[in-house]
Amino acid sequence: MTDVTLDSLPVATAPARRDIGIRKRYAAERRFRFYGLAAISVGLIFLAVMLVTIVGKGYTSFMQTSILLPITFDAKVIDPQNKRETDPSVLIKANYPNLARDALATRLGISKDDKPQIAALKGFVSDGVRVQLRDMVVADPSLIGQTRDVWVLAGANIDSAFKGQIDLDVAEGNRKVSDRQVGFIDKLRDEGVMEGKFNTGLFTYGASSRPETSGVGVAIIGSFYMMLIVLLLALPIGVAASIYLEEFAKKSRLTDIIEVNINNLAAVPSIVFGLLGLAIFLNFFGLPRSAPLVGGLVLALLVLPTIIIASRAALKAVPPSIREAALGVGASKQQAVFHHVLPLAMPGILTGTIIGMAHALGETAPLLLIGMVAFIVDVPHGVTDAATVLPVQIFLWSDLPEVGFQAKTSAAIIVLLAFLLIMNGAAILLRKRFERRW
Amino acid sequence: MKKLTLTASAAVLALAASAGYAAARDQIQVAGSSTVLPYAKIVAESFGETFTDFKTPVVESGGSGAGIKEFCKGVGENTIDIANSSRKMKEDELKSCVAAGVKDVEEIKIGYDGIVFATDIKGPDWALTPLDIYKGLAAEIVVDGKLVANPNTKWNQVNPALPDWDIAAYIPGEKHGTREVFEEKLLAAGCKEDGALDVIKAGGADDKAAHAKCVAVRKDGKAVDIDGDYTETLARIDSNKSGVGVFGLAFYENNADKLKVATVSGVTPSTETIASGEYPVSRPLFFYVKKAHLGVIPGLKEYVEFFLDDQMVGPESPLAEYGLVAAPDAERQQQRDDFAAGKTM
Repeated sequence: MTDVTLDSLPVATAPARRDIGIRKRYAAERRFRFYGLAAISVGLIFLAVMLVTIVGKGYTSFMQTSILLPITFDAKVIDPQNKRETDPSVLIKANYPNLARDALATRLGISKDDKPQIAALKGFVSDGVRVQLRDMVVADPSLIGQTRDVWVLAGANIDSAFKGQIDLDVAEGNRKVSDRQVGFIDKLRDEGVMEGKFNTGLFTYGASSRPETSGVGVAIIGSFYMMLIVLLLALPIGVAASIYLEEFAKKSRLTDIIEVNINNLAAVPSIVFGLLGLAIFLNFFGLPRSAPLVGGLVLALLVLPTIIIASRAALKAVPPSIREAALGVGASKQQAVFHHVLPLAMPGILTGTIIGMAHALGETAPLLLIGMVAFIVDVPHGVTDAATVLPVQIFLWSDLPEVGFQAKTSAAIIVLLAFLLIMNGAAILLRKRFERRW
Repeated sequence: MKKLTLTASAAVLALAASAGYAAARDQIQVAGSSTVLPYAKIVAESFGETFTDFKTPVVESGGSGAGIKEFCKGVGENTIDIANSSRKMKEDELKSCVAAGVKDVEEIKIGYDGIVFATDIKGPDWALTPLDIYKGLAAEIVVDGKLVANPNTKWNQVNPALPDWDIAAYIPGEKHGTREVFEEKLLAAGCKEDGALDVIKAGGADDKAAHAKCVAVRKDGKAVDIDGDYTETLARIDSNKSGVGVFGLAFYENNADKLKVATVSGVTPSTETIASGEYPVSRPLFFYVKKAHLGVIPGLKEYVEFFLDDQMVGPESPLAEYGLVAAPDAERQQQRDDFAAGKTM
């Protein structure tokens, strides 16, 4: 201690100078709080605007306009030459949309000879009825000759008009729905046979050139397969690499270089991984184009650095006393790591993995080069079947001019956001539940 | 530890299984022009619905050039079967195809597409000529017999009949298939009409250099290259009500409630005027098939036949409804006969 005595302190001036300092510091603190609050509010406002526009545009897609029609499975339309006993392909190629059109004419009380009115029915019912009615008949050929009430999808333009998305003040020639069709819509609505139903098709259909029969079904399954591959590859490799680097490897120049490289890889633009995937997996190994397997391989490479960095941080956070205690009672180094350190680090590792996976779930650029940005209708049955993924489906739909697809784009964004929210929620839950503090 | 080995071995198994799968592709793969994409999508979807034995073809976009490049990578199951293109395959592209082993390429013309100029629907009527476009958008034009940087800033300086609007044109970017039609049918034609071609040639340029100078677009911000699709062009028109945009006929017809179409050389673009050749700015659309893949990839032959059927590309087909201009009857029959005979390029 220095030998300062009470007498030597500058008694008179000290309190005044301390007051000035406090006022300045308080002001600085108030300013800082204000800046922080302003930054957060700006962020929140942007988030709110984004969510409101997306939900505002997309919510209509969760309902799809349907019409209840008394469909007569007329043998004269389905099988005019009565050959279905000998040639079953007749049932597949029959003109099913005509059945729906005739049923609609009956419902509206239009005579079949009234050509202008019949012409206005074109596009009223979705062309998707071809598959819908065909599947019914193929499953049960005894339907032919009977009449059934069937809910069928309305055509895309009729659907938009029903939802009020078409401006009826525009001159008739310049809009996609004629005045006559608007009259039909009002009539069907008043009779209660036309209504918006929950759009299950959004989750089951694949891509389609018709907005009303397109959905994110293929994309959800494709995303699932791809995430499965990413998880199977990136988690074991990432965890193994980080355990080795953190617990076993001696610190040397080589490990330093590896560490720097891993950190750099985490910042490499994702399109570069796509080029790598094209060169190695498609051209060299000859794996199939557009397959979730290749997408998963590429994205696994993309998220590996993230997982390794997070896992190393989680391993580092386990206090040395745990390792030392284990080693002290006679455990081998491997036993110490796998029985004691790894279980304690697991919540951190899993959180890192889930965040990495969520990142991979939102990637589009690398998939462009390996053929996953494509129009794919059929549901994939394995990791090598052609498939697409959610963000790609959003990207593809956003390019299309039809009103129906613009709503679908926002709906797909909502679905993707929901998945990301669930994944990030799981990460938070894991952290909250299993995290240990020392 | 056990779990780790388990997952690792599962991954290895999945990889091994996939190597076996890759040997037998049963799905047609198509890539190429974004202009042909909507048509190919409609055909692919209907094909899948009609032929329940075959899988629905996978259709990628990415542009004519990129599609042909992918197509010309070679023959085999891990290369694509069909390349869509909004222009004819170039000589050197065909050469690179042959060099890579794609010796027999069948060319199939599916119909025509027209490019239209359109403005915001609330604006005045527009009547353009190739000369107007050249004088308004070329990098250099001839004034008093000399080649100078384009001095025009308003459309009515180009042609007094045009509105008093600042020049702002949204044209297809250089990698777009549409750009070539824009250059050939409008800029080059206007250049010739203006007499600028002769002036450039008199300056000592050879044919190729003169042509390149003719189709050079001004870079002072008055002509904006749009590298995305027509949706972006529409958004630009939406934010700048005195802008002029270039669209495909199909896209314009789908947005006829927002856009007003301009006549070119006095002809209003429509399916009729394009099919007859009266409307000057139109182009044929193609796709290319690998002959070596016919009979190997299940459904490929059926897909091409289905595409060429009048049900698909005829005057009253779903493609025509979407904006494709059907080729004349004789031309469509010729395409079918050529495919049946296996004619190659």
